Amino acid sequence: MNKREFLKSLLLLLHAGGFVGALARWAGAKETGGKEGEGKAPGGADAKGEANGKHDPARHWYGMGIEIDKCIGCSRCVDACKVENAVPPEPFFFNTWLERYVIAKDGEAVVESINVKGKSSREMRQDDGEVIRSFFVPKLCNQCANPPCVQVCPVGATFSTKDGVVLVDANRCIGCGYCIQACPYGARYLRPESRIAQKCFFCYHRVAQGLLPACVEVCPTQARIFGDLRSKASRLVRFTRMNKIHVLKPSLNTEPKVYYAQLDGEVR
Amino acid sequence: MKIPEQVRRLGLVIGIIVVGVLGTRFFLIPRSLISDELHQASTVQREVAKPVKFAGSSTCEGCHEEVSGRVRKGYHKNLMCEGCHGAAARHAEDPGQGKPFAPRDRKFCPVCHSYDASRPTGFPQINPTAHNPVKPCITCHNPHDPVPPKTIEACSACHPQIQRTTAVSSHALLKCTTCHVVPAQHKKTPRSALPSKPEGREFCGTCHAKGATERDAPKVDLSTHGGRFLCWQCHYPHLPEGRG
Repeated sequence: MNKREFLKSLLLLLHAGGFVGALARWAGAKETGGKEGEGKAPGGADAKGEANGKHDPARHWYGMGIEIDKCIGCSRCVDACKVENAVPPEPFFFNTWLERYVIAKDGEAVVESINVKGKSSREMRQDDGEVIRSFFVPKLCNQCANPPCVQVCPVGATFSTKDGVVLVDANRCIGCGYCIQACPYGARYLRPESRIAQKCFFCYHRVAQGLLPACVEVCPTQARIFGDLRSKASRLVRFTRMNKIHVLKPSLNTEPKVYYAQLDGEVR
Repeated sequence: MKIPEQVRRLGLVIGIIVVGVLGTRFFLIPRSLISDELHQASTVQREVAKPVKFAGSSTCEGCHEEVSGRVRKGYHKNLMCEGCHGAAARHAEDPGQGKPFAPRDRKFCPVCHSYDASRPTGFPQINPTAHNPVKPCITCHNPHDPVPPKTIEACSACHPQIQRTTAVSSHALLKCTTCHVVPAQHKKTPRSALPSKPEGREFCGTCHAKGATERDAPKVDLSTHGGRFLCWQCHYPHLPEGRG
């Protein structure tokens, strides 16, 4: 190799290095561009909270209270949820739904989801003297503090936010349905058009703006109460203090954050 | 010892591969593909950016003070505007756009107020087929301040049972004096002057005969319907739905 050849190849190598560097910069910019500063801060979520000025996820721990004695089973919450979250209109996709419990004298409990249409034939034993009690139970994602759905997700698409809401990353979800199997409360489903897992997010977009979730907003009897468990003055904290509280399936140690008052022992 | 030429070249190739892999891993692959924090933050951001459809009733109160002030004093004080009127965030942003819907027919109120054995005791419930089944609910009840309607004031003092029966019938909106002529004396000494009662089939016919002007009343052909019987031998005028 003479001096001339060496200089020539050195020049080529420098150019190639510049090209690779530019490629890297371009890739980086494509990913974080338009999200001002998201990529720079190592604690992305924290940086976001401060940038917003009002909603800092690290300061909240959200939950919901449900007072069974107040629920009149009008399904306003279910309808409002479908509107707010663009839930598919078919009567078997729900982020939140209502169950009617009819408990007969012989101890048999009949449970039906009153929002699933075409099931009215099972709406039985309402008026005969056989029934000892009957009531409605609103259900939704329990936003577990120890969520089984997050544990099983093979691609890390579902995760708990710092304020205790379990979210799904639509870009990462591969629609395998493990989380649907893992959820002990049946709160998840696959969106029919996009085949990604969907569930109640406590109306995260509303809560971040300081609004109530849509179901809480429209409930005519205030059977649903939403609040921040970190704030001692929140309605939810008062609700948990003033009522005897039950959660669904406590034996599974999922630590649900949907708290039921006056929950019947038959409810599962 | 001199390293053979081929080993040096092989080393160079391996070195390039190692540098290439490391460079790709740490520089070329965007951090969001590797870092959980970043992709979670971007999910949160996407979630927060979703549009809000329900504006919240404090937003409604900004413009509709009068109505909301009235609602807050009545039995419906715990109801949010959008519970009945539907999502109205679009209307809140631009009042000219997306006027919220106002439920006026009989289907809407029974969503909450029809009788259901599973509803909590004490919640006001009606049987929508028997409860004055002709008119929309808002004819008698103001949804912004719902109270049991009081249509017949003077007579109900002494005839409350008839008043209660009629109030939930399809004759709820008729005044007592539509069918009964009440002499003034009846209010002072009731037994000395009794109110009149309708006398013939033709009286009911003023509303219910074919060709009568009353629009909502069901029509019958007086010449063929019921034969020689008087209307009230089969239909109780204070509760026309109850047969027999």
